[in-house]
Amino acid sequence: MTVETKLPYDQEYISQFSQKHKEPEWMKSLRLQALEKAAALPMPKPDKTNITNWNFSNFKHEAAGEPIQSLEDLPQEIKVFLDLENTEQNLVIQRNHSVAYASLSPKLKEQGVILTDIYTAMAEHGELVQRYYMKDAVGVDENRMTALHAALMNGGVFVYVPKNVTVEEPLQSIFWQEDAEAASFNHVIVVAEANSSLTYVENYISHNQEEEAVANIVTEVIAHDNANVSFGAVDNFAQGTTAYVNRRGVAYRDAVIEWALGQMNDGNTVSENITHLIGDNSVSNAKTVTVGRGKQSQNFTAKIVNHGLQSDGYILQHGVMKDSATSVFNGIGKIEHGASKSNAEQESRVLMLSKDARGDANPILLIDEDDVTAGHAASVGRVDPIQLYYLMSRGISKQEAERLVIHGFLAPVVTQIPIKAVREQLTEVIERKVY
Amino acid sequence: MAGSTLEIKDLHVSIEDQEILKGVNLTIKGGEFHAVMGPNGTGKSTLASAIMGHPKYEITQGSVLLDGEDVLEMEVDERAKAGLFLAMQYPSEISGVTNSDFLRSSINARREEGDEISLMKFIKEMDEAMDYLEMDKNMAQRYLNEGFSGGEKKRNEILQLMMIKPEIAILDEIDSGLDIDALKVVSKGINKLRDENFGCLIITHYQRLLNYITPDKVHVMMQGRVVKSGGPELAQRLEAEGYEWIKEELGIEDETVGQEA
Ligand SMILES: Nc1ncnc2c1ncn2[C@@H]1O[C@H](COP(=O)(O)OP(=O)(O)OP(=O)(O)O)[C@@H](O)[C@H]1O
Ligand SMILES: [Mg+2]
Repeated sequence: MTVETKLPYDQEYISQFSQKHKEPEWMKSLRLQALEKAAALPMPKPDKTNITNWNFSNFKHEAAGEPIQSLEDLPQEIKVFLDLENTEQNLVIQRNHSVAYASLSPKLKEQGVILTDIYTAMAEHGELVQRYYMKDAVGVDENRMTALHAALMNGGVFVYVPKNVTVEEPLQSIFWQEDAEAASFNHVIVVAEANSSLTYVENYISHNQEEEAVANIVTEVIAHDNANVSFGAVDNFAQGTTAYVNRRGVAYRDAVIEWALGQMNDGNTVSENITHLIGDNSVSNAKTVTVGRGKQSQNFTAKIVNHGLQSDGYILQHGVMKDSATSVFNGIGKIEHGASKSNAEQESRVLMLSKDARGDANPILLIDEDDVTAGHAASVGRVDPIQLYYLMSRGISKQEAERLVIHGFLAPVVTQIPIKAVREQLTEVIERKVY
Repeated sequence: MAGSTLEIKDLHVSIEDQEILKGVNLTIKGGEFHAVMGPNGTGKSTLASAIMGHPKYEITQGSVLLDGEDVLEMEVDERAKAGLFLAMQYPSEISGVTNSDFLRSSINARREEGDEISLMKFIKEMDEAMDYLEMDKNMAQRYLNEGFSGGEKKRNEILQLMMIKPEIAILDEIDSGLDIDALKVVSKGINKLRDENFGCLIITHYQRLLNYITPDKVHVMMQGRVVKSGGPELAQRLEAEGYEWIKEELGIEDETVGQEA
């Protein structure tokens, strides 16, 4: 019944791959152990979406990319994500699996801030990377995808902000899959030490229509005591890419993790965003927007687990479905025993633009403590004809009226994306996907 | 040419197979202000909504012409572009769309592509209109009608009216929910538009509004028809005496639309 995901990558290949990248010994053995586990582990089983026939095995694991001398040399489709007027870019551009461009302001370097690709991070800050790599947030052996990720990791970024450092300027990564068949086994780690604060934004971009590729992405965000992390993303893999995206956060005492995720892939996607509110008074807001089109099938999970006293989680998912796209939105608020005075709220709204589209909002509250507050709201609906009538009564065409209503519907998340250029880009991607 | 003419002829309108309007006749010309009064549930909003093209109302008989053009054949946006405007009794709230973006789209909808209003000019005009209506400037950046108080929504309808400058406007209970000062301000806004090129149909329950905006003609609706028309003195008499005398005069026992005379 389950399709065996047999891969042409064995122990020897992985050892050589690790050596070629001059990785530390711990990473090589982590990879090899993960590969061994992968075969025996089950695939993830997203609720209500059958992924057994999805392509997770047909891809190219290695593809180099040319460096870029100046940001001006970037193609327009990448440039649009950058705030080019800002001369002090804190930026990593990964082209296929190579770093094409990297810069970090001297001031931040001096303060001990790290923003670098994952290989450089292992070479220069090996202990730090080892401390966090698939330890507190995502485990290697959760399922076959996490294990394969660990075995085949081929890119990513490491972000670190030391104690008491406030980084005002956004830190940004662009993951540009230029090669149509290149797989993205990207690993991103964001660590905010106690009393620090940072904003990080990442973009995934590919253009493969017919060619098949796989994305298996793991992101781990660690916010230590009283740290503040604002995390924004726009995922925009093209139709040919099947994606498994796993973004996870761990918030300690008084820490805050804000997620603003634009889930704009055009291929089949399983994406989960889970935050553990470990510390007392920790807070997370997880906001996502999605547009489904064509025949794509997607499954989204937004989950916040309250462990700490008076911890506060809020999930907001807004999705627009057109053509014959199918999406399931799981919203899970879980309050663990002992997390008294904590709060779990969630809201999922799906707007259907065609009769063949399908959208499922699946709100779940799991509560093991009495002294808490929790709530959920979910709806699946169509554009309100009375709203359209109101707009059209001022001379606005039906199409423009629909456009306004859809933008308005997605605005609560879009406005939360931290970098203006990325926010505008997300708006444009939405525009392109909706019309 | 002195303004547009809106002709409503023998208009019959149903909602969910129940006939609400049973033959309304009314002509409004540029330069004229008409008031429509009448007890609750007699079809006033139905008339306004049917003219604008509300999706729930079905026209079963009669016609609506704007300068001879068949309005009922037009889409809602085409009706607006032809020169009609309806200030609604219950304006919609639209989350995530700012008032100012909406207004700009409305203005640009009437202009040719490539001839859109410049941002500077738009802001200037909006600021002026908001000042005139004594509106808080923050309202421009708030989402369209979302969380607006009843009175703020009404003022916002008049802001749209002033900026869109239609040929013929229908104002459905623009005075309901307004405090006395707001009533004066809104009336001032409507009166500013008064000229020979602008015709207006004002639906109201109260003489109060008509003290500020003197109508040329007053019509009374009952049972889904215009049952009496007159000059401004008719509104004054209604304010003083209520509707009982009209009912007696016409032999109407129940004035609501479900009943036949
Ligand atoms: N969706 C509907 N289904 C059934 N009847 C309706 C519906 N909408 C309106 N009506 C009826 O049509 C009649 C006329 O309503 P309309 O809103 O036109 O009255 P009105 O004169 O504007 O009243 P008011 O002064 O209270 O605003 C009322 O009896 C109302 O109940
Ligand atoms: Mg009414």
